Amino acid sequence: MNAAGTGRDGVLLRAEGVVKHFAVGRRWFLPHSGAVVQAVDGVSLEVRRGETLGLVGETGCGKSTLGRCLTRLYDLTAGRVEFDGHDISALSRRQMRPYRRRLQLIFQDPYGSLNPRRRIGSIIGDPFAIHGVAEGRERTRQVQELMELVGLNAEHYNRFPSEFSGGQRQRIGIARALALRPELVICDEPVSALDVSIQAQIVNLLADLQSELGLTYVFIAHDLSVVRHVSDRIAVMYLGKIVEIADARTLFERPRHPYTAALLSALPVPDPDVADARQRILLSGDVPSPVDPPSGCRFHPRCPKAREECSLREPALEARGGDSPRHQTACHFPIAEGDELALAAHAEPPGAGA
Amino acid sequence: MSAVRASSTPETARLLEVRDLAVSFDTADGVVQAVRGISFGVERGGTLGIVGESGSGKSVSALTILGLTQGASISGSATFQGRELLAMRADELRAVRGAGIAMIFQDPLSSLHPHYRVGWQIAEMISVHEDMPRRQLRRRAIELLGLVGIARPESRVDDYPHQFSGGMRQRAMIAMALALNPKVLIADEPTTALDVTVQAQIIDLMRRLQAEFQTAIILITHDLGLVAEIAEDVLVMYAGRAMERTDRRTLFYTPHHPYTRGLLASLPAKGATGERLTPISGLPPSLIRLPGGCPFHPRCSEVLSRCRTETPPLRELAPGHVSACWLPEIHGGAE
Amino acid sequence: MSTLPAELFETPPFDLERGIEGRSPWQLAWERLRRDRVALACLVVIVLITVIALAAPLFVYLTGHGPNEEFQTTGLTPEGLPRGPSSTFLFGTDSLGRDVLVRVIYGARISLLSGVLASSAAVLIGVLVGLVGGYFGGFVDTLLARLMDVVLSFPFLLFAIALVSIVGPGLWISIVVIAFFSWASVGRVVRGQTLTLREREYVEAARSLGAGDLRIMFVDILPNLIAQVIVYLTLLIPAAVVFEATLSFLGLGVVPPTATWGNMLSDSLGYYRVAWWYVLFPGSALLITTLAFNLLGDSVRDAFDPRGERLFRR
Repeated sequence: MNAAGTGRDGVLLRAEGVVKHFAVGRRWFLPHSGAVVQAVDGVSLEVRRGETLGLVGETGCGKSTLGRCLTRLYDLTAGRVEFDGHDISALSRRQMRPYRRRLQLIFQDPYGSLNPRRRIGSIIGDPFAIHGVAEGRERTRQVQELMELVGLNAEHYNRFPSEFSGGQRQRIGIARALALRPELVICDEPVSALDVSIQAQIVNLLADLQSELGLTYVFIAHDLSVVRHVSDRIAVMYLGKIVEIADARTLFERPRHPYTAALLSALPVPDPDVADARQRILLSGDVPSPVDPPSGCRFHPRCPKAREECSLREPALEARGGDSPRHQTACHFPIAEGDELALAAHAEPPGAGA
Repeated sequence: MSAVRASSTPETARLLEVRDLAVSFDTADGVVQAVRGISFGVERGGTLGIVGESGSGKSVSALTILGLTQGASISGSATFQGRELLAMRADELRAVRGAGIAMIFQDPLSSLHPHYRVGWQIAEMISVHEDMPRRQLRRRAIELLGLVGIARPESRVDDYPHQFSGGMRQRAMIAMALALNPKVLIADEPTTALDVTVQAQIIDLMRRLQAEFQTAIILITHDLGLVAEIAEDVLVMYAGRAMERTDRRTLFYTPHHPYTRGLLASLPAKGATGERLTPISGLPPSLIRLPGGCPFHPRCSEVLSRCRTETPPLRELAPGHVSACWLPEIHGGAE
Repeated sequence: MSTLPAELFETPPFDLERGIEGRSPWQLAWERLRRDRVALACLVVIVLITVIALAAPLFVYLTGHGPNEEFQTTGLTPEGLPRGPSSTFLFGTDSLGRDVLVRVIYGARISLLSGVLASSAAVLIGVLVGLVGGYFGGFVDTLLARLMDVVLSFPFLLFAIALVSIVGPGLWISIVVIAFFSWASVGRVVRGQTLTLREREYVEAARSLGAGDLRIMFVDILPNLIAQVIVYLTLLIPAAVVFEATLSFLGLGVVPPTATWGNMLSDSLGYYRVAWWYVLFPGSALLITTLAFNLLGDSVRDAFDPRGERLFRR
């Protein structure tokens, strides 16, 4: 899953200051009377052709919402999304149609994302039907080809989703997303709901498909070890904002943001000696509600390094302390070399990332 | 972290001892053999991790011990402090639940009653076992909420479950479970629904409480990382049977069973970045139509011909290390 | 706690050697229905009634009595009262000496026809309105929901009386009236279901593929409604049958000499002391038909909704 160094550089997807607020509990004739969930609050990022950008964060960080904003399943409250140079921020549904062939989404829940009353051949064939690409026998043929591509038996064309296991349903969802050979696929927690032994199968499948079809991925997940494995670059989100973004390796070896460090140190490692040896950074409390985020840096109430300035001014996402421009952190007092937090975060299982 | 091996403890000292437990359900589609002959145990203050994926039977085993699987065919034995749980009457079981063995579940939102205040639920739990005046019950509830790290317990005690966050709800569940100082705590996927930072807090809490109260913990999970953190002994289950049982270091560094090794090898943490993972091929079996011989044989990369027809028993490879596999012991190295 | 952990039923039954075997949701429902003895009995009864109703002219031929033929000499007592069941008149005669058996059979035609047609029309309208309102939400939904509320609070009797006084009684008026008063309850249920279904992830997935509203409504949401709709239909038919009987009982629907169970019952009231058969047979016919459909409807609902089913045979 490394960035394709085939000379096809260039940004495929660009987000600038994307904001998505949900109004909660308002009366229909009074649009501003209720609370507002600030799910995504000013996110900017770039996704380059051929790479895999990982998006991690915990509950309430807004990563799933961001994924849907990027595919325009949601309307943006503010900000811009550009796909291959075209501004898709405010397009109507009809205008978005042609882009949907090139920009697709894989969903988390293999049980909910497939219509239980439709046969899988029909489900996978949906894109062909919707965009009028292929009919009848030709469509059937292409659907069966897709099924084989994702490792399903083409003979099961007429079965219902309930007749398949979770991993197979996820394959069906992948087949559906890839039907029209998109360029960018946003994977929203594609393996979280699967058994451990099946997760590896699907991760491998996604990797194979990426190299075979030249895909670009945005990989949203909460499981850091999976994200680390698949991503070229990783963005860490907290309460609607990106707090750190860097190359995968760099993020794990030299995290700058205290939240990233806490996340890394909390990650269970299947290695007893490492688990025993490392120190944990234990954050206090729970993630605050996105309805009423803290002032200044949103992480400050739980941050072990927080100082007064953190509650007053929001830190910008930029390269700090001599980092390369590819490594940006939103923190007033990022972790430096030799910092206590740095040691706790660094929990390398033997052999990984070598 | 006690270094006592499970099998070297004299069995009379073991708090909870399960032997050859088998549970099956008669359904419209056929007989579901959820658990087929499991044996394990914990001693005071010990921690056992039971690892398995969906369909392995790990949850059903725990539920059966506490008599929570009505309508199932159960055989085998489960003794707690020498008394046979499976033969107890309903009222005897009720006395054991909560006070002797407590259980916490995966989704605290569905285990806590949404219509009653949290403090009231804890108090009610206690009052079933102990006769206490209401004021004292309330004080105890506040004390327990504080013990599990909920801030401002005096005001939180009157909240409803939906006013608590996920992590707090799980803490409340733990508070309820520990209210009567049980000897054994069975935690069924207690942190699966929680964020990883909250998970760390909960695991830390469980550890501290265990150290203070000497509670034995049985942690049921699919997360091998969690097991590496907290368990002393580990039991690996697959399709209702035990595949391997040993202490944690042996399991992670020198596992024997191909399923264990396959699981470990398929973890992303074990894979080098950028390379393919090594998954276990195939799919878990149906519990209604189980394959003959070893249940894992259709997916095993080292399958022998006898695996298809003869079910391997749990053989002792070394003191405290048993594995249900026909492969000889030389296959002791991790991938 | 008698619920099994979800993990037990996540992996569907399949056989590694034989590949995936499984059953579609429709097959599963049908199998459940087949095992239900009550449902089968009801189905037999309904089929029997339908066949008999269709074969009504056969009964005319067999008995030699037409449905509206008045047999003043053989059918009435010397005092002019109805005769009881005999070998000539198996169900006895009515106040005008007509054969009750043949009239009951012809009445079945009316009942079944109006029951099925009116319910089908109601369901069709209700599904469309509920689907559109539930899916689009907002102003459209509010408008349609209010419309349904109005229709549901309409005093049906007054409306029926008013309509009949303008247009005159008859079968088709009955059907229209019944359909008019039945569609809103279907619509409400469908609307509620649609509101839930449109939040499902597969609807989101369809949108992400670029599907338009119409397609999502009819290809994704509607198939998930059909099960409930079928149940509703099966339960709506007996209600429509009773509704029709009520209308003709009150003289607002099909009027004599055409035989309907309703108007027969109405007429029988004046003679119940002397002619118990005149009350019993049309009344029983109505009861049995309604009961059969209702019980079948319950079984169909259980067949589609396995959550109510006991998981263990013990």
